[in-house]
Amino acid sequence: MLTSESLKRIDREIAKYPVDQKQSAVMAALAIAQEQQGWLSSEAIEAVANYLGMAPVAAYEVATFYNMYDLKPVGKYKVSVCTNLPCMLSGGVDAGEYLQKKLGIGYNETTADGLITLKEGECMGACGDAPVMIVNNRRMCSWMNPEQIDKLLAELK
Amino acid sequence: MAILGALNPMLSVGLDGDKAWRLADYVKRGGYSALRRVLEQKIPQSEVINEVKKSVLRGRGGAGFPTGLKWSFMPRSFPGDKYVVCNSDEGEPGTFKDRDILRYNPHSVIEGMAIAGYAMGAARGYNYIHGEIWELYERFEEALDEARAAGFIGSDLLGSGVSFELFAHHGYGAYICGEETALLESIEGKKGQPRFKPPFPASFGLYGKPTTINNTETFASIPYIMNLGGEAYLEAGKPNNGGTKLFSVSGHVNRPGNYEIPLGTPFATLLEMAGGMRGGRKLKACIPGGSSAPVVPAATMMNATMDYDGISKAGSMLGSGAVIVMDETTCMVKALERLSFFYYEESCGQCTPCREGTSWLYKVVHRIENGQGRPGDLDLLESVTTNIMGRTICALGDAASMPVQSFIKHYRDEFAYHIEHKKCLVPVDVQRAGSSFFTATV
Amino acid sequence: MEIEIDGKIAQVPDGSTIMDAAQQIGAYIPHFCYHKKLSIAANCRMCLVQVEKAPKPLPACATPVTNGMKVFTHSELAVKAQKGVMEFLLINHPLDCPICDQGGECQLQDLAVGYGGSASRFQEDKRVVFHKDVGPLISMQEMARCIHCTRCVRFGQEIAGVMELGMANRNMHSEITTFVGRSVDSELSGNMIDLCPVGALTSRPFRYSARSWELSRRRSISPHDSIGANLTVQVKNNVVMRVLPRDNEDVNECWISDKERFSYEALNSSARLAKPMIRVDGALREVDWNVALDYVSHALKDVISNSGEASLAALASPQSTLEELYLLQKLTHGLGSGNVDFRPRRRDFSSDGKLAGIPWLGLKLSEIKNLDAALVVGSFLRKDHPLFAQRLRQLAKKGGKVSLLSSSGDDSLINLHAQLTVSPADLPLALAAVVKAAAQLKNEAAPAGLDSIDPCATSQAIARSLLDGEQRAVFLGNAAEQHPQAAQLHVLAIELARLTGATCGFIGEAANSVGGHIAKALPTALNAYEMFAQPRKAYILLGVEPELDCYDPQQALAALKEAAVVVMLTPFGDGMAPDYADVLLPITPFTETSGSFVNTEGRIQSFTGVVRPFGDARPGWKVLRVLGNLLALAGFDQNSSEQVRDEMVPAGSPFVAGLDNRISGVPLSLSLMAPAGELQRIADVPIYFADPLARHAPALQKTRDAVAPTARMNAATLARLAVTDGAPVRLRQGNGEAVLTARADETVPAGCVRVAAAHVTTAALGEMFGAINVERA
Repeated sequence: MLTSESLKRIDREIAKYPVDQKQSAVMAALAIAQEQQGWLSSEAIEAVANYLGMAPVAAYEVATFYNMYDLKPVGKYKVSVCTNLPCMLSGGVDAGEYLQKKLGIGYNETTADGLITLKEGECMGACGDAPVMIVNNRRMCSWMNPEQIDKLLAELK
Repeated sequence: MAILGALNPMLSVGLDGDKAWRLADYVKRGGYSALRRVLEQKIPQSEVINEVKKSVLRGRGGAGFPTGLKWSFMPRSFPGDKYVVCNSDEGEPGTFKDRDILRYNPHSVIEGMAIAGYAMGAARGYNYIHGEIWELYERFEEALDEARAAGFIGSDLLGSGVSFELFAHHGYGAYICGEETALLESIEGKKGQPRFKPPFPASFGLYGKPTTINNTETFASIPYIMNLGGEAYLEAGKPNNGGTKLFSVSGHVNRPGNYEIPLGTPFATLLEMAGGMRGGRKLKACIPGGSSAPVVPAATMMNATMDYDGISKAGSMLGSGAVIVMDETTCMVKALERLSFFYYEESCGQCTPCREGTSWLYKVVHRIENGQGRPGDLDLLESVTTNIMGRTICALGDAASMPVQSFIKHYRDEFAYHIEHKKCLVPVDVQRAGSSFFTATV
Repeated sequence: MEIEIDGKIAQVPDGSTIMDAAQQIGAYIPHFCYHKKLSIAANCRMCLVQVEKAPKPLPACATPVTNGMKVFTHSELAVKAQKGVMEFLLINHPLDCPICDQGGECQLQDLAVGYGGSASRFQEDKRVVFHKDVGPLISMQEMARCIHCTRCVRFGQEIAGVMELGMANRNMHSEITTFVGRSVDSELSGNMIDLCPVGALTSRPFRYSARSWELSRRRSISPHDSIGANLTVQVKNNVVMRVLPRDNEDVNECWISDKERFSYEALNSSARLAKPMIRVDGALREVDWNVALDYVSHALKDVISNSGEASLAALASPQSTLEELYLLQKLTHGLGSGNVDFRPRRRDFSSDGKLAGIPWLGLKLSEIKNLDAALVVGSFLRKDHPLFAQRLRQLAKKGGKVSLLSSSGDDSLINLHAQLTVSPADLPLALAAVVKAAAQLKNEAAPAGLDSIDPCATSQAIARSLLDGEQRAVFLGNAAEQHPQAAQLHVLAIELARLTGATCGFIGEAANSVGGHIAKALPTALNAYEMFAQPRKAYILLGVEPELDCYDPQQALAALKEAAVVVMLTPFGDGMAPDYADVLLPITPFTETSGSFVNTEGRIQSFTGVVRPFGDARPGWKVLRVLGNLLALAGFDQNSSEQVRDEMVPAGSPFVAGLDNRISGVPLSLSLMAPAGELQRIADVPIYFADPLARHAPALQKTRDAVAPTARMNAATLARLAVTDGAPVRLRQGNGEAVLTARADETVPAGCVRVAAAHVTTAALGEMFGAINVERA
């Protein structure tokens, strides 16, 4: 289930914690499993749980609690737009609507070609850069006016 | 340029250039000299803590608890493991200062934590970094590698015999992990559900061991306090409000961003530094301390000073120093609706008043915003907030309630208008203009 | 610490909470998530109270008492907080009390009367929570009722030792669930139904069958394992509708196992025998009692007069009542036969007559929590004794060193100090190694015969743990008693106890494993094994189904089929009984008779019937008494089961006398070599096949613990046999065989194949721990 590359990365995370506290690596391990698979299947969650010696349902609790984990398949690119108040005041909601119109999908939907999933995100801690969005949980895009959004979409192929 | 403006800065000095975050650059700015001195001179632990006490550094995460006092709660003679934990899970709407510290000055955090570890006899630390700023989590890991290679963290720091291991732990999308005990649970590999206190982390923290948790900016300030001396640091601010502080200014201003100013600086000065109001429009309201702080109307805000006591006098809280500026294009119902959704969404679901109450609040505000308001709704909202406040395990219940109470208190007419007329007092096109989404240039 | 609650003073130890203090003085503070046996969650907030000088109301369950604290549980502040919480709990709770199984025994319903409003201010859509299928025992069909107290989650983590339920998601979308579609499989799972304060977790077999207020509550005692859990049996219209635990801190605390909770379904099973039957012209026919009993007495007399007294043998289930066991042995002895026993799964009887007293646990169940270390030898622990294992789990959790030496690598869900898993043949050697290690640590000479044994690190660790601390114990489990060298294990355990200062005892297989000794249901001639190895002409079987309950079912069946007369006293008339029984006498199970069980700590627990007998079934003791009369034997004139009991134990004594595990006159003789080349069988007695009641309970038979046996071997054994996981294999013992599916299981020791006993698919096989032949089928 988990590739040897993923396991190697998980081992590196486990090493951060006291030897009897392997479970501490569960968030990182789930993130790594999600990176490997594009989303978090039940099989992946169970594999992580078994690797860390914790109950599968305990890992499932974690996977369902933190909202950057995707327990359903998403497009090749997941674009999360912050619409929280500070962003909203500087166009976060408008940016989300602009994206929806451009892609022809609503939040929590994926384009027909499977390329892009749109999500409404919560505060990303970058309100000064509003509008902000995150691509695939990794890349933060700042000051996303229409021109910048067009540029980003052209890049996401 | 990291910090858009500053008055008598400390934290943000010399952060120009791409390499400011690198160890070499930090050392050039005088970095790690405080740690080196503490270790080489074997300054007694109590003296380090005293220096921090003298500085009256107050926790920069939001609660404003005196840092030196917090450190003194750690049982220094405790024989087993002890932990120092940094809270970089910055997710309070409006706050984005720690992100810039991690982006431009991560070694100040590492040095601050190493000094803290020394002072409290903790040999292990974790920095819990907001999952959404992934690039900075990776940068922090790189900074850790640099520091480890240079002997500033690891075993036997600079040959002193003192050890301090430090690691980064990332979040993955849960505001509640900014609550310190939820953060500890999260490091332990569980859901981020706050613990009931007592026991407090100083006696029962990470893995059940004594633990001190401070905010990123708090730790980053430590090297400056050690270099400057506690008293000089205090004097940079105002009595009971030591030092300078980063303020994150967002919303309807021309230059949203972080500004480092001495505590006690007038709000008007900060607003001016941020380029003034966008489009020259009028200030309507300001949330001066992050989304959980009560909203303050323009007139009161323009007379307030930016420090713990000054903002408290204005009827709100300095919190994390997140200043959300709203101009006259803002619909206060819509603004509250978005905040209420946030707290409803981010409630951990553990305790009854918060789990049930935050969703109730949101549903009612949502109805009002969407023309479904009912006559008794405002009284109902106030009643629900009083049933939440002070009855929950952590402060999220209060944080969700205070915006509701303060928005209704100061803008009751606007809410009543919504209920009565099923629409907004501020025309939709006016609201749209405020965001300047289609006109702004970067 | 002194605390004042509503004006009443309580003295409590340091570290107590307000809730502890309130309970001590009988002040009731409303609560949902708090439970005395679970960790503090403080999440429901129902127990908020006012504390002097505190600006906010504080949760009584989590707030430590400080000296001089003043608490007000009914002040305006407190009641306002409690009512506020109640409103929050109710806004998303469905208004389906009229059809909810919890109705009438619902804590939310009860407290809503006192703290809830008469109308709701909540005008929004209520939460929708999808139902979950978690197996045949617990129903999670109406999860919108859940109030998120997490008692069930904490029970799994803390008591059952396995987290099967969790609370997924967050905010108001939090929901209790298993891991994606899994069932709840813990043998203690039913307790979560009791813990659930609302109707979210309900009993699946009981659902919609009765309202709680229609049920009368009767006290009873569990007839299954040797713990003797105290039960409340709930009855409607003379039918047992459900079984719940009855608190007894010294015995079962507030828990029962699922076997104890759900086996009642067997009482109402269609397999119940309603009338006596006798074989006429080769077929069993229903007859009246007087005909049946007359037939039996004549048949027995005929056999004895034709073939002698020794041609009669009687075998009882150790789950029989004390009174039944007593009268059976009296009857058998009265007829001049010494062939009577109540230990059908035993193989080694060489300790008979060598015991100083009655074998028992060696200490009180309530003393387990005070142990510093414990060693369990030869046990499937939680499947043999769910509640005993639970006590060891709690012991390990608070630092007690629990070690396990057995042929089972099953996860005990106990944080074990050390574990050694060896083949049955190696079990005495492994225990001898611990004995030797203990002797070495104490600088004492090891008993003769152990010279060549070199203790491994694990044996040394076990020995060391038993030498540390004040109180330690060695426990011999079911597999140790069933073992072909049971007496050797006994001698070694006693020696280990002597060396280390630990107590030594037997966990005991069944409800009357101690009681059988009190009743003297023991052989003076042929024992439970010999009576089949040397076939008799007549057998009386009391509550046993020999093809499932005997050490060597193949041998038992062969003997029974050849016998002239087989009289079976049983509640059930199905299974293989028609193949060999000549007379079936319907006797009543524990709910329809009075009687006594003596648990493993020697506690005498008498009970009375809770419903009228099914059909024409009669209490076993009465049937035996009448038989005694018909056979004109002396001493069969008791009028009540109490009179029978009083002949064995002094009236009113809570514990039996004469408990003593010492043994003498059994020399140590260890064979140092396992039989070469042969595969050894490891037979577990799966939890829901262990006795006739469990076997006849439909819901239990649908659980994962009741799946049909497989042939489990480790990968090396599989490879040696050229068999793959999932392939069919033919197993042979003696002249019997069975075809089962091979399963890879790395916990099975080398050279062994684990094949469960007590199941119809393995009944044709022979000894539980003998050699077994396995080949591809």
